[in-house]
Formats: sequence, structure tokens, C-alpha cells
Amino acid sequence: MTATYTAATTLDEALAALAAGSRPVAGGTDLVVGARQGKAPLPDAVVAIHGLGELYGIVEHGGGLRIGALASHADIVAHAAVRERFTALADASAIVGSHATRNVGTLGGNVMNASPAMETGGPLLCFGAEAVLASPGGERRLGLDRLLTGPGRTDARPGELLVAIELPAPAQPGGSCYARLEYRRQMEIAVVGVTCVVALDGDRIASAQVAITALAPTIVRVPDAEAALAGSDGGADAVAAAGVAVATAARPIADVRASIEYRRAMAAVIAERAIAAAVARARGGSETVPVPASPALHGATT
Amino acid sequence: MRYEAVLNVNGTDYPVEIEPGRSLLSVVRTELGLPGSKEGCDDSECGACMMLLDGRPVNSCSYLALQAQGRSIVTVEGLQRDGELHPLQRQFLEQGGVQCGFCTPGMLISATALLAENPEPSDDEIRIALSGNLCRCTGYQGIVRAVQAAAAEMAADTA
Repeated sequence: MTATYTAATTLDEALAALAAGSRPVAGGTDLVVGARQGKAPLPDAVVAIHGLGELYGIVEHGGGLRIGALASHADIVAHAAVRERFTALADASAIVGSHATRNVGTLGGNVMNASPAMETGGPLLCFGAEAVLASPGGERRLGLDRLLTGPGRTDARPGELLVAIELPAPAQPGGSCYARLEYRRQMEIAVVGVTCVVALDGDRIASAQVAITALAPTIVRVPDAEAALAGSDGGADAVAAAGVAVATAARPIADVRASIEYRRAMAAVIAERAIAAAVARARGGSETVPVPASPALHGATT
Repeated sequence: MRYEAVLNVNGTDYPVEIEPGRSLLSVVRTELGLPGSKEGCDDSECGACMMLLDGRPVNSCSYLALQAQGRSIVTVEGLQRDGELHPLQRQFLEQGGVQCGFCTPGMLISATALLAENPEPSDDEIRIALSGNLCRCTGYQGIVRAVQAAAAEMAADTA
């Protein structure tokens, strides 16, 4: 049971508390729920960071974005630039938990809990995100591929705090989608998830990024799927080939939600959905994606 | 170690002295004596514990009470005005939106936030807004009717 609590009012205060051994809490949607479920008791010492105003903003710079670690999933979904140019991230944030989760659950928490099934990881990886980690010694930047080292594990050092995620400007014209297999529409986490980001050159796909979620010990890119799409017309054959590459790259586990065989079989299906929708969006189509739980985001009701 | 704090719930400041690991739900129910919010799953799955935190629904079972200092908290007890039920509360009763009633406080909180943002929601929008609140009795039909009826009543009141 937690013995001591500090509410940081400045980043320096938060970093000092972390250096003294406290663990950070923002929305509590992983930390507190994890303790209730018996995954891990609440830390002995926590430092609440929800009062750090400078960690909330979503700021555009040169076509890219700097998203504060405390931006909630609701903030991200509501942001016009995210919806327009980083659509896969909006897809992902729109289906984290329920409305109540998205109101207090933060991007920083989602990333630093490092679940292989976290919704935002695939889009961030495909968009080339960098994590900005602060410590009393200053800041360092780390690509998301290097930050995520295993289930629940990151490369962050003790005492470091994620303060922001930075995304470079995506290639244009382009489009993106995150699709997942789910059994219900809220309070769900990916059974299988796939992200696809494409950039077009006329009728052809100039480049593609594809990442898999809940199909490996961390969220990872699938180079063979990207190669199958790059230079292609984005048609059915290329999409199917990329789907096969995704299924081949998958290293799923069996758990209460799905068997290894089912996850591998669904990997290709979800990959094809994500890729087709990313291509359609890049071409300006208002393609709805059949899986995600946000009809509002996908145009069904707004 | 216990910490002194002041929680503003339904417009009233409540001084409390609590352990840091206590959830907002547990403190509001047992220290403040406001048992309207329910503990269903204690796991952020069911929504029976929902409260408004600065106007937005949160699952209070998984929110640390100390983090709610300096913020506005509204529970189901705060929906009535001068002894009169809120239109949502009255319509939940009239439209058969309540059977056992355990999910109702959370449903009312979600619906309150929905109508504040979207005074004329469609059926789909109501179902989406309430999709983090589980009901095992009503089949949801009466609940959706109640939100529609309350929205119409509130629109008529402000017209």
C-alpha cells in the first residue's frame, strides 16, 4: 500500500521525487487498476504529476506534432491536426478503454506501461515518434523502437520522466489507419492490432510503414509488409501480400483472449483492413473502417 | 501515513484525512457519507462508480482521491436541484430505465456529460456515450428512451 504521496507543481519537483524513488501517477487508469487486479501493488511512494500544466499541450511545429505526455486520449482524438494528418493515432486513442478512461488516461501512461497490446504504440512507431525523457541531468530523445524493450519494459532509466512524444511531419499526400480485432466496443484492448501509414506518388504507394500490436513481445514494424506495399498500386494483390507478411512476422502468445493460431489467422485479416483504409484515406476517400469502436470518429454519426 | 485534503463534491468542500492509496470512490462513499456512487467491479470495467471530475466522467474506483483536490467533483447526489429530481433522473424512473438500480448512478453521470456536450443526441450517440456503463437488467432500451425524453424535456425548458 502506498505510504507517501506528493503532488508535483513543477517538473523539477516531479524529477526530484522520482530521483528519490517515487513512481509517477497521472490518470491512474493503469497503475490503480493494476493494483486492484493484483498485477502489482501500488508503489510505496507516488508522485502525482497531473498538475504539471506544461505536459498537456499538443503543439504543431513544421507539420509535425509535439504531444505532451499528459495529453489525454480524449484530447488527442479531439485535435484537428491529429485527426487529419495522424489519423491512425486518432483511431487508436479513440478506442482506449471507455470515455471515462480516455478522459484521464494519458498518452504518456499508455506508452510507458509498454503493453504489447497498447493501442497508441503502433501509430507512434509508424509515424517515427521520438520520446522526450527528462531527468535532473537534462533531456534525451529516444525513438519509440528503442524505448520499448519488452512487455511492460522500457529503456527509460530510473528517475527519467516521459515529458512529450514528438512526431515528424508525415509524407504527403498520405493516409493512415489503426485497426484492431476486438470482442466488444468499449473497455477492450487489442486482441490483434495493425497500423498502416502510406505516402502516395501519383497512383502508386511511395512508401509504407506497417506495425503489429498484440502480436509480438513489443509493438514492432514489419519490413516485409512495407516492402510488399512500396512501389505497388495499393490494390488487392499488394494488400494481400502485405497481409501474409504480417501473419508470417507475428509471434503471438496464447492468453485468455485468443489462441496463437487465432491471432495469427486474424493478423492477416486486420492487416488488410488497416492497409486498405490507409490507402483509401490517402486517396481522399472517407473510407470507414469496420472494426474500431468509434463510429463518431469514422464518420458514421457526425 | 494519512494526508489532510479538501474535496469539493457537489459544490461542498469536505475536509478529509486519508491514506494516499485510497480511491476517490472509497473516500466519497465511506468518509463523506455519499453512497450514491456504486462499487461494481472496482476495476474500471462497469462504470457504476462514475463521477464528473471537472465536468468529465471518470471511473472513481481507479482514481486516487488525493489527486481530486482542487477540482470539482459531481456525484449522482449532486444532480437534483432544490429537492427536485433532475430531468434525467425523473425520466429514468418514468421510462423504465431502472430495474435493480446499481448501474443507474453511473448511467446518469454519463448521460449528464453527454447532454451538456450534445443537447440533441441521436440513439447511436446515446449508446456510444453510455457504452462504458454496463447494465445487466434493463436491456438498455428504457435507458436510451429516458435519455431521449430528458433531452427533449430540457430542450423545451430552455426554448
